[in-house]
Amino acid sequence: MFAYIMRRLAVAVPTLLLLIVFSFILMHLAPGGPFTQERELPPQVLANLNAKYGLDDPLWKQIINYIWGIVAHFDFGPSFVYPDRSVNELIAAGFPVTLTYGSLAFVAAVAMGVGLGVVAAIWHNSFLDYLAVGISIGAQVLPNFVMAPILVLIFTLWYGLLPGGGWSFNDPSFWIMPVIALGTSYMASIARITRSAMLEVLGSNHIRTARAKGMPEHRVILRHALKPAMLPVISYLGPVFVSMITGSVVIDIYFSTGGIGKAFVDSALNRDYAVMMGVTILVGALTILFNLIVDVLYAWIDPKIRY
Amino acid sequence: MVIQQDKMQSLAARMAQDEVKGRSPWADARKRFFRNKAAMTGLIILIAVALFALLGGYFAQWSNEDLDFAVMGQVATMGAPSLENGHYFGTDDLGRDLFARTVQGTQISLMVGIVGAAIAVIVGTLYGATAGYVGGRTDQIMMRAVDILMSIPYMFVLILLLVMFGRSIAMLFLGIGLISWLDMSRIVRGQTLSLKNREFIEAARATGVPSWKIILRHIVPNLLGVVAVYATLLVPLMILTESFISFLGLGVQEPLTSWGALISEGAGTMNYGTLWQLAFPLFFFVITLFGFFFVGDGLRDALDPKDR
Amino acid sequence: MTKLFATTALLAAMTLPAYAVQPAEGETLAENQTYNFWLLDAIKSLDPAKNTDVEGSDVLRSLFEGLMNEDAAGAMIPGIASSFEESDDKLTYTFHLRDAKWSNGDPVTAADFVYAWQRVVNPDTASEYAWFIELMNVVNATEIVKGEAAPEDLGVKAIDDKTLEVTLTTPTPYFIKTLSHATTYPVPQKVIEEHGDAWTQPGNLVGNGAFVLTGHNLGVDITMEKNPQYWDAENVVMQTVKGITVNDNNVALTRYQAGELDRVDIPAGQYPRLSQEAPDEAISIPYACSYAYVYNVSDKGPEALKDVRVREALSLALNREILVNNVLQGGQRPSTTWTHWAIEGFEQPETELATLSQEEKTTRAKELLTEAGYGPDNPISLTLQYNTDENHKKLAIAAQQFWKPLGVNITLNNVEWKVHTDRMQNQDFDIARYAWCADYNEASTFLDWFRTDGYNSGKWSNAEYDQLMADSKTAEDTGPLYKRAEEILAEEVPAVFVYHYSTVDMISPEIKGLPTENVLNTWYAKDLYRLAD
Repeated sequence: MFAYIMRRLAVAVPTLLLLIVFSFILMHLAPGGPFTQERELPPQVLANLNAKYGLDDPLWKQIINYIWGIVAHFDFGPSFVYPDRSVNELIAAGFPVTLTYGSLAFVAAVAMGVGLGVVAAIWHNSFLDYLAVGISIGAQVLPNFVMAPILVLIFTLWYGLLPGGGWSFNDPSFWIMPVIALGTSYMASIARITRSAMLEVLGSNHIRTARAKGMPEHRVILRHALKPAMLPVISYLGPVFVSMITGSVVIDIYFSTGGIGKAFVDSALNRDYAVMMGVTILVGALTILFNLIVDVLYAWIDPKIRY
Repeated sequence: MVIQQDKMQSLAARMAQDEVKGRSPWADARKRFFRNKAAMTGLIILIAVALFALLGGYFAQWSNEDLDFAVMGQVATMGAPSLENGHYFGTDDLGRDLFARTVQGTQISLMVGIVGAAIAVIVGTLYGATAGYVGGRTDQIMMRAVDILMSIPYMFVLILLLVMFGRSIAMLFLGIGLISWLDMSRIVRGQTLSLKNREFIEAARATGVPSWKIILRHIVPNLLGVVAVYATLLVPLMILTESFISFLGLGVQEPLTSWGALISEGAGTMNYGTLWQLAFPLFFFVITLFGFFFVGDGLRDALDPKDR
Repeated sequence: MTKLFATTALLAAMTLPAYAVQPAEGETLAENQTYNFWLLDAIKSLDPAKNTDVEGSDVLRSLFEGLMNEDAAGAMIPGIASSFEESDDKLTYTFHLRDAKWSNGDPVTAADFVYAWQRVVNPDTASEYAWFIELMNVVNATEIVKGEAAPEDLGVKAIDDKTLEVTLTTPTPYFIKTLSHATTYPVPQKVIEEHGDAWTQPGNLVGNGAFVLTGHNLGVDITMEKNPQYWDAENVVMQTVKGITVNDNNVALTRYQAGELDRVDIPAGQYPRLSQEAPDEAISIPYACSYAYVYNVSDKGPEALKDVRVREALSLALNREILVNNVLQGGQRPSTTWTHWAIEGFEQPETELATLSQEEKTTRAKELLTEAGYGPDNPISLTLQYNTDENHKKLAIAAQQFWKPLGVNITLNNVEWKVHTDRMQNQDFDIARYAWCADYNEASTFLDWFRTDGYNSGKWSNAEYDQLMADSKTAEDTGPLYKRAEEILAEEVPAVFVYHYSTVDMISPEIKGLPTENVLNTWYAKDLYRLAD
């Protein structure tokens, strides 16, 4: 197991390098630079800006300097668009926000999704089942950029219950709408997966045996059915995590939460090379890490799997 | 939203097995599929939406780009759905006919979904089959490459691509298609490995059929079920991705539109008394996604029945 | 020998105490004196030398104060300078500073201004707004920006702690009007040297404005509290000013309606409805920006657009009334000139464009195109490029439809801002949408754009026009020159002038003191107060 984890982490290094080089080149090929602006800059100012940010070096040297900055000093460089701040500061400000509402949405989605799925499977083909399936499919196809403004309309304008946006780590009322808007569609997917996995397990021989032995139904479900039914759910969690970060773009735009999703889109549009690279690397590293965690978890639940 | 990989693997295993037994899984599957009510409903919906996209244009009284000056500027009062002035679905903020625009948006969205899924399935199948069939070091390198690519945050790369190359349908197809072939290639490779040593493949190899021909003639056809199911389930994911890209303003160029673009415009103005601008595109979007899910699930269950 | 500069505005300035809006008789102040205003995006920088956008300037005006301020009508009134003198040759200005303090208690001195201005032009600062000091024609500004002279050579000197002397290269009629711009604000040398780039963060930032920075969550909100050290603090009623970022205009309006914001832009098309529902909240006031479709007439541009008849035909055929009244619907005005109609002292020339009816214009457009050899039988294909924005998109779609019957096929090209700008600067476009906002309230801020060596992305060039603009710099009466310049633009049509902006906002009826006559839309939080409801 340990060797497996080490091997996976070793693959992470070339992956990140590839990601850095690819994004770096792509970004620099795009028309317009960070200092392209309406009033063309005097050549001397432009030269100074380029020198200050190291943009006057050849591309390969820029990449090497950039990577060296990260490896040696954990320094992602200065932001081009926010001259008062470094990329480290920007990420340190935005990432905890994304992480907070992201993980809350994640936990809520898993808890409610599994619950809904189990209920639907136990009372298969009943009204509850149809209700659960209906809710989950409906929630799955409603884009969160439609859901978000509807939430603001309902909770802020009509009922005045929640602030319409903004962020505070101390006040959970700011968290609720982002969590709902982000978590709903994942809750729905998880419910669907849980339901079908659960149905399959409940129909299997060892459950029949357990029931035949007269074991009480709740014990059958908790002891014998739930654990194997969780396997497909777990393998789904990796992709969920990644798409939640992508989904945070919508959350940041509608709820002004100040997370890294919006920071990424802005940096790509504004050619803020350093921020764009910083966020890409962060998300890439998290993706790798999370996929690894999911695999380890999978192996832990299902001892049949050997690495 | 994601495709359940474990079920796809189970399906792939079954499809490979049937070939050996020498009976086609398709005839039984068809029966099972037609008995599945949800899947049939989905199929009917999809056919209806496809007809709408193909033929809707003939019923439109307006083109998708003409401005109706009688309505423009007072859309909330004059632009509501109406049979009299020919705007069956009402108009958008500029006074353009929403019916014509929904028809045209449906075409683009379906096209992005289908072409994107096709690219993903073709690339994934060929890549996986090649890796699995050739085996050895090539296989290792190819699969390690997939491992690496899997850890790339794709939406980010897609945004970068669109920013860099500008918005175009071709870029959308390519970008969206390239996102999702990785899982496909893994499943195909796994099944290719198990097929590779079967008698009929060995026989083909012994008679000197070139490798590429074996892959195309003997391996790929055995995976057709997986491919079909996978493609059906990929289409809605592609459509969702496109809608997100359109929301970011990186979608197709005006006057062309797509569901994503129409929905995000409609969502912006939903509190201003022009709810139809959201309702119609969203309706088609939602029923189509439903349709694809039901048909995809139904196909899979039909091809890989658990109650065997 | 110096003399007092005695326009009416200055006369008022010399005799009256500084202007501050005060509650009128009978108005009851709210206990909670806070003002929450809308920001579309994150504030890029709080460094006056590095700020480049309007929203940043709105915040900086609360945190810092320059030599001059603007009153509710946009006239210049004293800020940190209590008075000034202008030399006979109009090249030297001497400012007398009042006793004012930084928020850390240090006195504001002439040296602070010298440091700030030198810092802006210093190439090491790499300020993207160094051009502003050049625009002011301060001696050596251009040379310093180019790296040919040392920053110390800038034409600004501290005679003593309270006296600042500025020397100009050429008489500059608008010089005083530039002094309320954020780029000219003083900055605290000690603090900048202590904290480096981080000096603008809450806790570090020291300003001389009516408010101090107490919180800044990038992309979320920015909070400022009243500064007790401000020289006029006793007349400042507002206690807390908060800028709240909402990236989506429609959501921002919803949050305004929910009472979370006191001021917000009205999305295009919603003004008529809102002004009926809430007549005392919806406002539309002229805003000194001008919207145009610029033709590329350079060598890289399309052949058809080199023909003035084609350019004029497109301009005539664009039904601006519909664009303004049916698309934007916010009290904007169709434009026939580049200079915004509300600019001080500007008189619009009589042109064909302004006098004919739309029908006559469309007929004339068809004739012109036929003369030029084009028409539905020989269509012209052109690309109209615009940067990603809901309103630009709507206008471009409509323009496409207006030009289609003429046999002009327009392909729309929506690109992001950076690409748009890059292509415009490299003449890599056919027709591009563009807008210019006044830097100061005078026609030259617009007209300079079309000079041969102006920003002029379409590379149109006209010797008489250049001469007019050069003459206007030293002329006593600039009015006729500007009018003639606009006539040339009307004859030569280097761009389709589309409309003149308005600020179309919802403002909470509880908030008083926001100026409604200033075409530059400059507002000062120190002048605001909130009524009890």
